[in-house]
Amino acid sequence: MKGPEPLIFELSRPGRRGSSVPSLDVPEAELPAELLRDDLPLPEVAEVDVVRHYVRLSQLNHAVDVGFYPLGSCTMKYNPKMNDAAAQLPGFAHTHPCQPDETVQGSLELMYRLQEALKALSGFDGISLQPSAGAHGEFAGMLVVRAHHLANDDQGRNVVLIPDSAHGTNPASTAMCGYETLEVRSDERGNVDLGDLARHCSERVAGMMLTNPNTLGLFDEHVLEIADMVHGCGGLLYGDGANFNAIMGIVKPADLGFDVMHFNLHKTFSTPHGGGGPGSGPVGVTERLAEFLPGPVVGREGTRYVLHCPPRSIGRMKAFAGNFAVLVRAYAYIRTLGATGLREASEVAVLNANYLRTELQLSYPIAVDRICMHEFVLAGPPANADEIHTMDIAKRLMDLGHSHPPTVYFPLIVPEAMMIEPTETESKETLDQFARDMRQIAEEACTEPELLKTAPHSTPVRRLDEVRAARHPILRYEPEDPPAAI
Amino acid sequence: MTYVPLTDAGREEMLDRIGVSSIGDLFADVPRPHRYPRIELPQPLSEMEVLRELRELSERNVDLQHSISFLGAGAYQHYVPSVVQHIISRSEFYTAYTPYQAEISQGTLQATFEYQSMICALTGLEVANASHYDGATALAEGVLMAYNIRRAKRRKAILSPRIHPEYRDVVRTYTQGTEVCVIGDESVDVDLGELIAQIDSDTCCVAIQNPDFLGELESIDQLRALANAAHAHDALLIVVAYPIALALLQPPGAYGADIAVGEAQPLGIGLNYGGPYIGYFACRKAHVHKMAGRLVGETVDVDGQRGYVLTLSAREQHIRRERATSNICTNQALCALASAVYLSALGRTGLRAVAELCYHKAHYLASRIDALEGYELTTRSPFFNEFVIRCPRPASEINAALLSAGIIGGFDLSRFDPRREAEMLLCTTEVHSRQMLDRLVHALEETR
Repeated sequence: MKGPEPLIFELSRPGRRGSSVPSLDVPEAELPAELLRDDLPLPEVAEVDVVRHYVRLSQLNHAVDVGFYPLGSCTMKYNPKMNDAAAQLPGFAHTHPCQPDETVQGSLELMYRLQEALKALSGFDGISLQPSAGAHGEFAGMLVVRAHHLANDDQGRNVVLIPDSAHGTNPASTAMCGYETLEVRSDERGNVDLGDLARHCSERVAGMMLTNPNTLGLFDEHVLEIADMVHGCGGLLYGDGANFNAIMGIVKPADLGFDVMHFNLHKTFSTPHGGGGPGSGPVGVTERLAEFLPGPVVGREGTRYVLHCPPRSIGRMKAFAGNFAVLVRAYAYIRTLGATGLREASEVAVLNANYLRTELQLSYPIAVDRICMHEFVLAGPPANADEIHTMDIAKRLMDLGHSHPPTVYFPLIVPEAMMIEPTETESKETLDQFARDMRQIAEEACTEPELLKTAPHSTPVRRLDEVRAARHPILRYEPEDPPAAI
Repeated sequence: MTYVPLTDAGREEMLDRIGVSSIGDLFADVPRPHRYPRIELPQPLSEMEVLRELRELSERNVDLQHSISFLGAGAYQHYVPSVVQHIISRSEFYTAYTPYQAEISQGTLQATFEYQSMICALTGLEVANASHYDGATALAEGVLMAYNIRRAKRRKAILSPRIHPEYRDVVRTYTQGTEVCVIGDESVDVDLGELIAQIDSDTCCVAIQNPDFLGELESIDQLRALANAAHAHDALLIVVAYPIALALLQPPGAYGADIAVGEAQPLGIGLNYGGPYIGYFACRKAHVHKMAGRLVGETVDVDGQRGYVLTLSAREQHIRRERATSNICTNQALCALASAVYLSALGRTGLRAVAELCYHKAHYLASRIDALEGYELTTRSPFFNEFVIRCPRPASEINAALLSAGIIGGFDLSRFDPRREAEMLLCTTEVHSRQMLDRLVHALEETR
């Protein structure tokens, strides 16, 4: 069934109801007349309307349960179903966050075990499960950096160093902490340019945010020197854990000199992305920084688990303890795989990426020609396809129907970038199909460029007018406006 | 257990193709002394064993399927119709990523647009974004937005002490690296008049919660006076509101709020010991370019067919980097979907009916408890579905006694204010039958 699905508001008919509500079994109290609203413009639809509408909408989505999803930097691995079964256990799902600690010992023990597991994998000494997402974890981590310097009465540090390959969240999180950002160049091998870093190192530096492996999918060949340089000028080294899926059981970030790092449980630890959230972004720190962690964290007193706030905490990042249902899923994943399974996941993520890189390098230019980690970056369309842009390739991939496109136009330092992360849960057959599709598109780019420039042709909608959306924003349903075209 | 579909033959073929002899060769860039460290984790288990272990762990909790609870205080137990779980469990929603490629993400995009429209309907404001992590972070982003709208020149953010204490904590966390000065909540007994007195030309915003943390509702006259006072000083009014209450009560947009935020967990999302929840965020259209977070907008495709895209992203971190309105780069998409499904299923009349049930049951329970010897209702009318009672003994002792009777009592207010040792905040919703309410009354009488 193709064609546009009406808005749920457009399906509304006065008097229709999609749910039943218990009847009033207590005496009616007087309602405060002056406070009451007279109109509530929500839809009126039957339950069958609700189900058909949202099922039809769901069918307009690509998803990792439907097919390959090689979005670089997003780690779209398969989400094991038992994790959901664990999160839906009534004892976990139906507990209120304000219950006394003694009535939620099971939840607290699970959180404690997850803290310990993240410590074991990263080498850090303190973990807070509070942050709700990667960017939230970055913000928390950089506030910890700030708190550390303030505690040392080191007020002059107002700069954070960020490589030019970094995720946009890094400078944005830094700015939210009141810091100025200084960009550090990458060298031709995709590493941090040590000369440029040396020029920026000074007593003004609060720290550096480093993603390793970086967004080119490369493990920095000088990571130990970088750590020494940043520490040498009194700064702290922050690790963006977005790419932790490459190194579980391979290396512990704390051993490399990182002082703080966030984890993306929704990437590395297989919790479903839900269309863009919810996630969870715990933050880990070395021993000297643990007192600044956002609270509450879970501690153990004898056989009892308790929530407490670290002594010099930066404060809370959200209400209540954390995105608990996401934590359950991540813990179930870790418990199922163990140290060997997690290491195997990282090894195969890296193997898959290198295999695909080898295949695609035959038809596309690569940003940096090196062994990669869990992802790699192509430098745009084939050399002889002048009229074609990366976006055209992405759109054409949708027509072929096997795969979501890669991340495009990121990292910013590679013009026309295509960032590809296959993850460990894809088979060789899936990778081969993707390589065949990409080869076909490379040929079409030269022989039938129009086919790419007008793609996609077979999707529920075709290329959408983003300029119009931004110039004349329509951000909600307004009944008085006639629908654009239906 | 492994989720890796790799075969031995496949591994050899792939290594051969890459031109290395072992997987270990792929990690040559990792400093050798630190490569392959020892990782101390429990031995892996099968799916059956892990689920058994976790079920045993979960059963150490006292859960709300097996006991009655009267906790609210920012997280609310409402009935979630079966359609909600059914829809959000659809793999196509559940396992999709951020809708970066609009042509194959119309499901998430349109559902988010519908969610935004419903939040506008509830709050009476013109624009709502795709959501924040929770109500507390939505408030913090609202304060930062007001600060940025006034170009970081006005430093005072006035917070009512009647805003949820954890929300106020989060505002302080979010603003600690800025020049924002959070004031207004130093003393608990501050009314709107005293907040108005603090507004001046250095104020970027004033924020209140209505119904407030203790359940009380402000009068429309007072709310309008507050909005007028804020606007007279060119400051913004931010209102934190319980979304179910908005089905019954005048929305923030109607009494002059510039920004409305709150916790949308009551709209179809389970309690889950505190998360994931969803912060809703709505504001006036004039401020949309300073708003944090994702927005979905309507447009057309090359054939003129209606479709939806992420829009106005020049505000966001992936474009604007250190000059972005916020670092946020996700929303609580699945929770927003749950809320949209919930609000569709409940609809115009159903949501109002739920709100009225909450109201009537709270007033019934409050009057029954107030009539008990030793107990006193201290909340002023009008209130919505939460109210404070003063107990004859410390609330912790009353709650311990209730727990042994299978009842999780109210929120012990001494947790935020040691002087309120004998007070608890009780909450009722449509899940409480009269029999449950009477059981609480009886148990309170017994534990006097």
